[in-house]
Amino acid sequence: MSAARWRRSLVGTAVALATLLGVLAGLARWGDDADDDADRTVPSMPASGPDTADAVVRGAYLARLGHCAGCHTARGGAPYAGGRALHTPFGTVYAGNLTPDADSGLGRWTAQDFWRALHHGRSRDGRRLVPAFPYTAFTRITRADSDALFAYLRALPAVAQANPPHALRFPYNTQLALGVWRALFFRAGAYGDDAQRPAAWNRGAYLVQGLGHCDACHAPRNMLGASASRLSGGVLPGGRWWAPPLPDAADPVDPAAAARHIVELLRTGRSDIGSASGPMAEVVFGSTQHWRDDDLQAVATYLLAPPRPARDADTAAPASSAQLEQGRALYDKHCADCHGLQGQGVPQVYPPLAGNPSVLQPDPRNLVRLLDHGGFAPATAANPRPYSMPAQALNDAEAAAVLSYVRQSWGNRASALSEVRVLTLR
Amino acid sequence: MHGGITALIICAVCTMLTAPAGAQRTVPDTLAQRALACTTCHGAQGRVSAEGYVPRIAGKPAGYLHRQMLAFRDGRRAHEGMARLMAQLTDDYLGELAQHFAVLDLPYAVEADRSGRAAATPAALQRGEALVRRGDAALDVPACEACHGNALAGVAPGVPGLLGLPRDYVLAQLGAWRSGTRRASAPDCMARIAQRLNAADVPAVADALAARPVPLRIKPADTPPPRWPMDCGSTAP
Repeated sequence: MSAARWRRSLVGTAVALATLLGVLAGLARWGDDADDDADRTVPSMPASGPDTADAVVRGAYLARLGHCAGCHTARGGAPYAGGRALHTPFGTVYAGNLTPDADSGLGRWTAQDFWRALHHGRSRDGRRLVPAFPYTAFTRITRADSDALFAYLRALPAVAQANPPHALRFPYNTQLALGVWRALFFRAGAYGDDAQRPAAWNRGAYLVQGLGHCDACHAPRNMLGASASRLSGGVLPGGRWWAPPLPDAADPVDPAAAARHIVELLRTGRSDIGSASGPMAEVVFGSTQHWRDDDLQAVATYLLAPPRPARDADTAAPASSAQLEQGRALYDKHCADCHGLQGQGVPQVYPPLAGNPSVLQPDPRNLVRLLDHGGFAPATAANPRPYSMPAQALNDAEAAAVLSYVRQSWGNRASALSEVRVLTLR
Repeated sequence: MHGGITALIICAVCTMLTAPAGAQRTVPDTLAQRALACTTCHGAQGRVSAEGYVPRIAGKPAGYLHRQMLAFRDGRRAHEGMARLMAQLTDDYLGELAQHFAVLDLPYAVEADRSGRAAATPAALQRGEALVRRGDAALDVPACEACHGNALAGVAPGVPGLLGLPRDYVLAQLGAWRSGTRRASAPDCMARIAQRLNAADVPAVADALAARPVPLRIKPADTPPPRWPMDCGSTAP
């Protein structure tokens, strides 16, 4: 190639890149800078007084609803002082210090700054926050709830603990990339009550779509990490766990039984037909066991209102009789002592496997985790001394056989697993 | 008579037919039953052989066991499986489980782990034995026996026994204290001691401890020594 052609091609590339950058920057600005809106003039809450004491109490409950401590407390660290690492496909982000320390926490923040973070996803200095902080859901939180949450956080003991800088890969570590992401996937907006719906439904919707940020796990994410609007189930970052769809086709068909299952699972970590495990056990332990009963009922009302998807039972591939035979032998030897020969479990002690929604998920990865790790049910106030499941040392073929047997026995109809599928899930 | 036998047979058959599906089994309402996930690795009833990596927990002092479980849960000891198991358990429940394993008084039918001794030089064996019995004043390292008891059976409630542990386990713990991945309550004596040791002292002391004959019964001492050689978080009241 001649020197002149080189030059021309270089100039062409440069012009193309500059144009692309310009377009992205324009997109970023168009998308999300309409947010410094009139609500800047909303008067801030008073600094102290009886209203504040009430707000702190309300805020403490709201912080439980949102499970803020789940991310904003490092393992064994001071509550809400941040530092927990969240591993995403784009790099590692660290949840910030929410205590009122002036230098490392929210000490210099105002209620307005806090509202801007929740509602607009921007930090006190205007920087765009990374969407691992689920402001896409928190944007629906009311201003009153935001102020109460802030009052609670202000009342925490200040902890001086600097936030580790995020370790995101280029270009995800740039403000420009965050601007583009916001233009594509984020609109600030409050939750508006649906006047056609009862109050409980609206309360449930507000909790599920807002503070509860259920979509962070229970909705699929696209290539850029944005959650879909429907809670149709999702694989968690790292690929180890599957969050079922909400509502779940595997839940009981009878609405009253389904509601009882949802409420009991969230309140105690277990129900008549299943138990919480993995990341959901963490959510139950840290958050939902503390929810008021009317809020749990509201969630069930909201989740069970739409027509539920049909079970994909009839399309499930049957296991071979040889695999089922192997699975039955393994089940009788390793599992039946606790879960029963008919998968019936023991009430209040060991969950049944017959009709257990966790067993019936189209994505079987949680079952492989449970076999490999075993574990305790979360020690909630309602179940403070939980029983446990021993880890099972089974090879890929054995695990596939026993899981296929469990998924296709006692009325269970879910797809069989192959040895290769178990291998890829491990 | 004949009718009685027939009735008995019918009864037995009925029981056989209905027991698995129908009868609600009663699960023992005990901590041993609750702790099945623990004993998968730590051995039935919390005993474990010296061949594996996993330490025995039966009969260790309750305070020590409780602190260890909290440390795994809260990240002061690094073990992914233990952390996962403890993650959603409360301080109170972990205390109950600690108490359960601490009071198990089981014969200790394990051989000493002499796996490291074949490769060790006589000088290293001597050095390890000296550290266990006398410590090293020049390094400001007390004897193991000074805190862990003359019989190395531990001192209730906070100091564990050191007998019958797999050599690799002892080695890994000293290494973890040297690198800071295992932390005890402050002041963290074991971290200081491990960091004061020379690198070659670590396998020497692990060999010496693991090779000690293991008596059938190991019971932690109930009374502390008149004076602890160091000020330690784990012996604080």
